[in-house]
Amino acid sequence: MTRHVVVVGASLAGHATARSLRDAGYDGALTVVGDEPHRPYDRPPLSKGFLDGSLSAEDLALEDAEEDLGATWLVGQRATSLERTSAGPAVTLDDGTVLLADAVVLATGARARRLPTAIGGDLAGVHSLRTLDDALALRADLVPGARLVLVGAGFVGAEIAATAHHLGLDVTLVEATRTPLAGPLGAEVGAAVAGLHARHGVPLHAGVPVSALLGAERVEGVLLDDGTHLPADVVVVGVGSAPATGWLHGSGLDLDAVGAVRADRAGATAVPGVWAVGDCAAWWDDALGDHHRTEHWNDALHRPRAVAAAILGTAAPAAPAPYFWSDQYGVRLQFAGRRHGDEVLTVEAGTLEGGDALVVWWRHGTPVAVLGMGQPKLFNRWKRGLGAAAVAA
Amino acid sequence: MHHLCALDDVVPGEGLRVATVSPPVAVFRTDDDEVFVLDDTCSHQDASLADGWVEDCRVECPLHASRFDLRTGEVDQPPAKRGVRVHRAEVRDGEVWVELSTAAPNLPPGVTAGVTTATGVSA
Repeated sequence: MTRHVVVVGASLAGHATARSLRDAGYDGALTVVGDEPHRPYDRPPLSKGFLDGSLSAEDLALEDAEEDLGATWLVGQRATSLERTSAGPAVTLDDGTVLLADAVVLATGARARRLPTAIGGDLAGVHSLRTLDDALALRADLVPGARLVLVGAGFVGAEIAATAHHLGLDVTLVEATRTPLAGPLGAEVGAAVAGLHARHGVPLHAGVPVSALLGAERVEGVLLDDGTHLPADVVVVGVGSAPATGWLHGSGLDLDAVGAVRADRAGATAVPGVWAVGDCAAWWDDALGDHHRTEHWNDALHRPRAVAAAILGTAAPAAPAPYFWSDQYGVRLQFAGRRHGDEVLTVEAGTLEGGDALVVWWRHGTPVAVLGMGQPKLFNRWKRGLGAAAVAA
Repeated sequence: MHHLCALDDVVPGEGLRVATVSPPVAVFRTDDDEVFVLDDTCSHQDASLADGWVEDCRVECPLHASRFDLRTGEVDQPPAKRGVRVHRAEVRDGEVWVELSTAAPNLPPGVTAGVTTATGVSA
């Protein structure tokens, strides 16, 4: 009998967990803990509409105006440890509160990776972007005409670059690897997507690591490994994220090399009564034959339904295929499916050079992944056909 | 009523965005030749429902998969929280006409109906 569920994390996955539990009929006590001072909000607009000022903080709210999940919200409080007791798992908070639960759902997400202090990582004017407060701080520095250097040309870096370019900043991207986005998209398609920067006159230095951020108190420039010096008024470091699981060491959970909590297909962890979901978790993936941390907004929204079903012992809904999107320079990029890197790829519509391609990855004659660049209709048609031998296009 | 398009402009099983009214609407034609007209912009974020997948008299938003009932505009699942307006549609002599709803549209944050530049033919 489940009488108290504690959800640690009050962002998309945490909120969706609370909502999924109620939707599934759970009427016991529900406590949601979040270390940020805010009620649940949506993060994707932080690099786009919120950053350019067209959306307000209220617009980002994940809760319905009339929504009442009957939960106790402990926001602005941080969980510091997880213990197993004879009565079930217990979460301790930074003010000493101990929450005893029948089920604990870990949904603490991830933190932005930063550059080391030794190379200027904490100079004024150096930002990362993960939270609403990060976005507010960055927004204040995005003054038209200012020189912005983005360290890291992944999806978040690319979106910030596009937004800042639109706001009238002088933007430059720096990427340590030879081709941005080669990990998720492969070199050929990654290069085509990164080509959106050049099409909008935003320079990209790829294949050159950063050796230091320069400046006395405030950042004044970025020094690259090849000796290039890029003057900068503002720097954003977008070099990925790490699971926010430091507080879980010693809890008996199985953490992977980057600190993600290993869990099964429904989020159950190595500790009875403890589940993990969202960016802090690496779920078992049958298709990959391994645990995998997806970091996809879509999974943080949908996977909590499986967690709620597992906690309550009800039937779990089918999980949607991996999916993510990114909006850059007015182009909507959408990707779905799983690619391992050795697939055959075809361009089914548009062109890679033209920035309007519909790309399909094939494995043994079966479409397994699809990318659309401003091709929402075709993209969704192919997305539905992934895994099936033939697609009507 | 406003004239939107010819019925033949709409592929059965798909949607067509018509921006001659403000905010733009999406015209859907089912495989049984039924016609429905809804506000085109998803109530969650700026995405065109006319680009969405149509099945079982619902359209799935092409961005995040919230599904809207073509008959009522109601939404089935997050992230969209609100439905979209439906407009009364009529097909006359192969042309699609619509009586626009007078309710306030549920446009997503950051999207406005803008100035009314409707150039649809009134009748």
